[in-house]
Amino acid sequence: MAVADAQFPPPKVLTYPASAPPSLITQGAEGRLYKTTHLVPGRPCALKYRPPKPYRHPTLDARLTKARISSEAKVLERCWREGVPVPAVYAMDPAAGWMMMEWIEGIPVRVGINEWLGERPEDGAEISSSSQETDQTPLVDLMKRIGTAIGALHKTGVVHGDLTTSNMMLRPTRGGQVDGCAGDEDKARVVEGDVVLIDFGLATQSMADEDRAVDLYVLERAFASTHPRAEKLFAAVLQSYKETFKKAPSVLIKLEDVRMRGRKRSMLG
Amino acid sequence: MALERLDLEHLPAACQVYAAFFRDVSNAEFLHAQLLSRNGEFEYAFIDASSVISRLHLLSAIYSAVNVLLDGALRTPNVHSEIVVSLNTNNNIADAYRRWGITPGKTKDLIVVKVVAPPSGAQEEPPTPIQTQQAIWDHLTQHVQGIPKPLTDAELARAIDWPKVRKYYRLNGVPALERVADEQERWRQSERLAIMGMALRGL
Repeated sequence: MAVADAQFPPPKVLTYPASAPPSLITQGAEGRLYKTTHLVPGRPCALKYRPPKPYRHPTLDARLTKARISSEAKVLERCWREGVPVPAVYAMDPAAGWMMMEWIEGIPVRVGINEWLGERPEDGAEISSSSQETDQTPLVDLMKRIGTAIGALHKTGVVHGDLTTSNMMLRPTRGGQVDGCAGDEDKARVVEGDVVLIDFGLATQSMADEDRAVDLYVLERAFASTHPRAEKLFAAVLQSYKETFKKAPSVLIKLEDVRMRGRKRSMLG
Repeated sequence: MALERLDLEHLPAACQVYAAFFRDVSNAEFLHAQLLSRNGEFEYAFIDASSVISRLHLLSAIYSAVNVLLDGALRTPNVHSEIVVSLNTNNNIADAYRRWGITPGKTKDLIVVKVVAPPSGAQEEPPTPIQTQQAIWDHLTQHVQGIPKPLTDAELARAIDWPKVRKYYRLNGVPALERVADEQERWRQSERLAIMGMALRGL
């Protein structure tokens, strides 16, 4: 039993029999993510569980857990209805602190980019979109898809709150690739697929340029530290963001301000 | 026997769920009256199949209702009425009965669900006399006047009333649906939206 770990007792909902034992995928500061099944054996799902915090007053703890699960589900539903690529919500019990979501196949964008960069011959050297235009096309394409996804997200009035390349999945496209540019095909495969945004645990509903700009800034910083060699390509994200989202220009102006002062707003007040 | 035993993931083994599907039911009035009179022998979820999208959609409602039962947090008389209420996207119980429950004069195609759960809490009513799959089926065939059909997506698709479903689950004008051209895919997405709406009930 993968979950019968005494250190991490699974939520009650996972103690009942299922076709396959749930497996703990990851553990965050606030919650845990299990892979399990929804209703029928052939329907994989992700179960996010926020265990009770012993250091909090029980009443407050229950209220916070419930509010956070509910707000995450609400944001996901809103995004999903609007066609933003996010996992669908399957079932939830906010009082018990769990939510089942669609399981997104594929790898995190972070892994895809690193695999792509790992194959580059000149290790350590910074790459730029201009010097090796043709070579970097698949990666630039991925950046554009990221920008499009974020643009669509912001358009619905949601800010993610924790945009990183780990919080985006590369879901394999159904039916596979059509065009046959041989040779580079295998290499390009690691950055292929639909970008799906995940982990809306810190997401909020906001239409403010400030919040949107901070969202982009957080990703920009995360990107620069996770993939320093591809830092220059980040411009492609902003470019397609601008093409997807009508109100992008004012957000990008705000982004300049945020870059100057950092994520936190002035502490004067 | 067309009474199917449903094995849902993440439910206690002691909890058994059975379901059957009848088409062209002619005695909806009688069945409805049994529910109104709280006849203990008719502890079933009678669901109007015209507002059910798919098997998975139905299973979602059952799963959520049984979870509520296990938590001892029923807001309706029993787990069967809770299944009907679970199909709703808001907390209006009367509304849910009207939309998804059996309606005299309207319901033609009927899904019947029976949950046999061990009496857990004190608030449980005494266990109903009929317990085994064969006994449930005998009782149903004796009282439901309709044509038994397998509970499959294909059969359910013949009974569905799309305008109604679209209204109940607010599927009109949803961008995620409008951009889908393929009919099969659209059906899948509608199912997802319905399940999501149910999961977020009352939020």
